[in-house]
Amino acid sequence: MKIIVAIKQVPERDAQVRIAADGKWIEESDLQFALNESDAYALEEALQLKEKHGGEVIVISAGPERVGQTIREALAKGADRAIHIEAADLGALDALGVAKLLAAAIKPESPDLVLTGLQSDDLGLGQTGVILAELLGVPYASLILHVDAADGALKVKRELEEGWFQSIELSMPAVLTIQSGGNKLRYATLMGIKRAKTKEVKRVTAAELGLSSAAVVTLQGIALPSKQRSTQILPGTAKEAAAALVEKLKFEVRVI
Amino acid sequence: MSGVWVVIEQQRGRIGRISWEAVAAGNFLGAKTGQTVSAIVMGADTAAIAAEVASKVQGKVVRVEHALLEPYTPDGFSVALEKFIAAEKPDYMIFPHTYQVRDFAPALAARLGQVLIGDVVGIGGGPVFTRQLMQGRLNGNYRHAGGGVCLVSVQAGAFRADALEAGAAEVSVFAPEIDAAKIRTRPGEPFRGSEQTVDLGSAPLIVSVGRGIKDAENLPLVEELAKALGAELAASRPICDNGWLPMDRQVGSSGQTVSPRLYLAVGISGAIQHLVGMKGSQCIVAINKDPDAPIFEVADYGIVGDLFEVVPALTEAVKAAKQ
Repeated sequence: MKIIVAIKQVPERDAQVRIAADGKWIEESDLQFALNESDAYALEEALQLKEKHGGEVIVISAGPERVGQTIREALAKGADRAIHIEAADLGALDALGVAKLLAAAIKPESPDLVLTGLQSDDLGLGQTGVILAELLGVPYASLILHVDAADGALKVKRELEEGWFQSIELSMPAVLTIQSGGNKLRYATLMGIKRAKTKEVKRVTAAELGLSSAAVVTLQGIALPSKQRSTQILPGTAKEAAAALVEKLKFEVRVI
Repeated sequence: MSGVWVVIEQQRGRIGRISWEAVAAGNFLGAKTGQTVSAIVMGADTAAIAAEVASKVQGKVVRVEHALLEPYTPDGFSVALEKFIAAEKPDYMIFPHTYQVRDFAPALAARLGQVLIGDVVGIGGGPVFTRQLMQGRLNGNYRHAGGGVCLVSVQAGAFRADALEAGAAEVSVFAPEIDAAKIRTRPGEPFRGSEQTVDLGSAPLIVSVGRGIKDAENLPLVEELAKALGAELAASRPICDNGWLPMDRQVGSSGQTVSPRLYLAVGISGAIQHLVGMKGSQCIVAINKDPDAPIFEVADYGIVGDLFEVVPALTEAVKAAKQ
């Protein structure tokens, strides 16, 4: 089974984000980056499928030079090789533009299965996998927690709202977008990290993929959200703040 | 071109509040652009649903109907809506941002050479559509730059559905041709994941814990606080994903929706998937080390500090107050 996992490098979850001077995006120079959370689950699912059925796991990621670090981490966890689509300014593209880059790089590989995370922790669009399926002309299922593969067909467990689930059957080739939490994530071993250094990372540029489509949807600028409620911050030491909160809970909220 | 169209979602003949909120968003947009607001319902037999929608919509109601639209499949819905859009040429299509819409709308958009502006929380002049970025820490303002239909989905709770004007829309049927071979997935019946033993929805007091707790072995800290308050213990998704608490304690879009008298969030940053499950709470208290955490945007009271210091102090103070 040949599996391609599309992964994204995103700012670390706890990173303090600042709006850049031009107001269009965040200041990236002092940020730490990491593998997007649901993409880590997509990678884990791919590695487990390979362990069961054999085959190859290829990771693909688009972005600037720094993305190489996240690709190496995926290789260290057990992916066999990687494709890095070098693109300095993905921000100029919309979800369709990014998916077109990925589709152009994926197509010649003819994979049996393409996995993506459900959504990214930075833009949160949650569209790339679904658009990718449309561009590749293959069936798909989204919000997947568990994958069973047999005889060219898939049976997957899809998450619905409010604690409900559903099974979906589809044939391969296919695209699945993976929800976080379905598996336990593995760590890279020392041996894995060592091996990753010798694994192939193929680099292609957006220009080489022959794409230049104008964005249909554009991000005009970013801003801090306005508050929905007026929050009263209770100051002081832990003890003082706790005492102040108990006063509020007793006399204003009346729950003590 | 024919104005603003809202796509109503129904599950087994029931319309969720988020679909009425999408109608409210459509009305809000229509008032800005000076266009009429119509709605479509989709399924195999939509007569009853269409009548319900017609009573709350000012423009038209169209029943997009085909036997293959029940049960829902992304291929069936994309084919049907692609044909509806080709025939009706709407300017805007407004969807509720549900799991189902997230499943098919991006593919429908791609098929049309368009991009869904998803999970929108506000609509400004232009129109400019606001959606959240960086887990709710920032807002992004988006515009539809190209020609053709503009597809938008709106977040639960972002528009108010309780003040919809009564309507008496004319109902018609649109019957798209759908080739059964174009439907490539076979969906099974929905099922409950695990026995739901905790009904957080009826709990008056909830103490909820998130990533900030760092490790399962630190959980007794918040369990003590919940016990002192007489509250149910709940959690954000990552805690349940890690297996630290059972799934039926999860609050958020994939878990339970709650509106207790007190929701005390400990170490929860407040990603939107969590906020939609609890922002209707009467009083929200947040304890978090990050003053910029989005949870503070919905909190009535906040303590910015280390939960490992604040929570034990709070447990003691609650116990003392109850003596």
